[in-house]
Amino acid sequence: MANQEMTGAEIVIKSLIDQGVEVIFGYPGGAVLPLYDELFKQNSIRHILVRQEGGAVHAAEGYARSTGKPGVVLVTSGPGATNAVTGLADALLDSIPIICLTGQVATHLIGNDAFQEADTVGITRPVTKHNYLVKSANDLARTMHEAFYVATTGRPGPVVIDLPKDVQFEAGTYIPPSLVQHKSYKPQIKGNLKAIKEAVKLIAGAKKPIFYSGGGVINSGPKAAKILTQLVRMTGYPITSTLMGLGAFPASDKQSLGMLGMHGTYEANNAMHDCDVMICVGARFDDRITGRLDAFSPNSKKIHIDIDPSSINKNIRVDLPIVGDVAHVLEDMVKVWKSEVCVPDAAALESWWSEIAAWRSRDCLKFKQEGSVIKPQYALSRLQELTKDHDRYITTEVGQHQMWAAQYLTFDEPNRWMTSGGLGTMGYGLPAAVGAQIAHPDALVIDVAGEASIMMNIQEMSTILQYRLPVKIFILNNQYMGMVRQWQELMHGSRYSESYMESLPDFVKLAEAFGAKGLRCDHVDNVDDCIKEMIETPGAVLVDMLVDQTENVFPMVPSGAAHNQMLLADDKEGEGPEVSSKGRALV
Amino acid sequence: MDDNEIHRHTIAVLVDNEFGVLARVVGLFSGRGYNIESLTVAKVDDAENWSRITIVTTGNDMVIPQIKAQLERLVPVHKIADLTVEGPSVEREMALVKVECKGEKRVEALRMADIFRARAIDTTETSFVFEVTGVRDKVKAFVNLMEPLGRIEVCRTGIVAVKRGSDTI
Repeated sequence: MANQEMTGAEIVIKSLIDQGVEVIFGYPGGAVLPLYDELFKQNSIRHILVRQEGGAVHAAEGYARSTGKPGVVLVTSGPGATNAVTGLADALLDSIPIICLTGQVATHLIGNDAFQEADTVGITRPVTKHNYLVKSANDLARTMHEAFYVATTGRPGPVVIDLPKDVQFEAGTYIPPSLVQHKSYKPQIKGNLKAIKEAVKLIAGAKKPIFYSGGGVINSGPKAAKILTQLVRMTGYPITSTLMGLGAFPASDKQSLGMLGMHGTYEANNAMHDCDVMICVGARFDDRITGRLDAFSPNSKKIHIDIDPSSINKNIRVDLPIVGDVAHVLEDMVKVWKSEVCVPDAAALESWWSEIAAWRSRDCLKFKQEGSVIKPQYALSRLQELTKDHDRYITTEVGQHQMWAAQYLTFDEPNRWMTSGGLGTMGYGLPAAVGAQIAHPDALVIDVAGEASIMMNIQEMSTILQYRLPVKIFILNNQYMGMVRQWQELMHGSRYSESYMESLPDFVKLAEAFGAKGLRCDHVDNVDDCIKEMIETPGAVLVDMLVDQTENVFPMVPSGAAHNQMLLADDKEGEGPEVSSKGRALV
Repeated sequence: MDDNEIHRHTIAVLVDNEFGVLARVVGLFSGRGYNIESLTVAKVDDAENWSRITIVTTGNDMVIPQIKAQLERLVPVHKIADLTVEGPSVEREMALVKVECKGEKRVEALRMADIFRARAIDTTETSFVFEVTGVRDKVKAFVNLMEPLGRIEVCRTGIVAVKRGSDTI
């Protein structure tokens, strides 16, 4: 039965089932009641009830990022849709495949300022990869399948489908996914072979090469990470990763220089600055990575592999662009490398590695744990040590704790690390942990949080308890919006304008109020026990780790500075580069 | 080559003639801070239900390819051509120019119109409406010449353009 007559709501649910959707994150309301009625009548799709629509999108992001499948969201019209906007923008900047179904007032009421009406397609147009307003039930099945195709292929992203209530009741014809083809949207998957051959030649001839990989490798799938690892090991070259790309190449491998960029390692940033051939794989030269544009890696030939042609030459002019999916392009590169029997310049490589070794010896992530006050770096080092052998997924909020998590936790596999990189959304981590835990019920899912960020979506604790999710919340509590405080210290004369967190809740009691376990740790000697108790306690646990209030994230490329002008933790005061007034104006 | 030199480009875009498509294109330009000097849009293919948008924009050598790539990302966009880059093209703009004038000035207005091959498409005892077609500079020159003759009202279509020869976009 290819074509069947059914109601709009039935078509939506049938499309989801046929697309292989197992779980959706949502919140009901007037304009989606027919859809919730259909959900009630079936057993294929599980609905996770969040506590605010923003949480639904982040949960779907966590689900998508940890599984490689698209995340699906269902929210009502008006405020339901507007609450989802931040999550959509977040998914757009981090290229996360999301299908967001929004209810809409009946078609004859659109434009009438009806109850809970908002111009959802208008509002979400700039924060989605694409969006649809469906005005007839007969267009529904095609639109649903097309939305999945658009969201998951090419550079993935969020897609909104706005569903007027009368269309959900209206009868229409269902068509299955295989019958839907797209006329204009055809992303380029295979890279240009001539360019790939040229790139391999350039790579093989490099004297100071570096791989710079990003979130595109994760999005391309586990196969891409595997081939990247193979290529990097074949060449023996160093590799650094963006925040979004952590885990694509094993961080514990000696060829890994760790993360690059504003809070990247000394060795990674210096290697980027001094390299002669840069191989950018699925990253986009964003401003957190490049620092000052005119001083970015001045002497290198740059190869850029990206599925999105608009990423090429957007910020940095590259010498050899290759548009295509990372896995496909890297696969071809490995083939060419083997067939041409490429051999790297061993002598040059040895001297390059010894330069890198000198940078590494600065040991830029070292910290001093003295006295009883817990250093946040120490807490995360212990968290790493005590959880590294677990089946572990980490999410984070946004701020200092996020950067420390990226620096001190080690990711050897893709899809294990979920963070809001592009948009920098505080409040991302807790709902993202919900999504990751729903996808991986038996895994150890930890939201590394700050006490300020956690308050932004704290209501999702209730979701966690409803579904008995054993999510662990690891709060590094320094009673400041730490990253704001750090910038105020470094760039605004230590005038801590509104960055102190007054009247914080008692997090242990707060956890208990939601029905979770709360633990507090305020002495360095208790850190291990606290983390162990967190891991061993079944069910949700919130850890309130009281850490040094004045600690800053280092190393740091101050805004407006170049990669080789980093501030290190052990720099004496005034020794680092001055932040120029131009740099201060940068975010 | 100076990267920062600003050039004017005429870009033709074939899009699905569907709800919101113009908003996507215009929103892209405003959201990313690109300039629009003129924009025209109309349905050009009934069978395929395609519209053609002609945009005149300005930018340096980094920005113009970016504009093209960003337009390409829009799902309902089928084809894009930078007519300024892709070989010679012909461009035309039409303007309707209303001039309020009497006596000697009416004769002068008609003489100017004749030189510019503008047609009077409406007239009263105190006014003309001229239709003038040509490249932007010609239209501008005509408007400039009409201005001293009396109070005027100008309505311009913006540029439409196609490639010369048998080549299509």
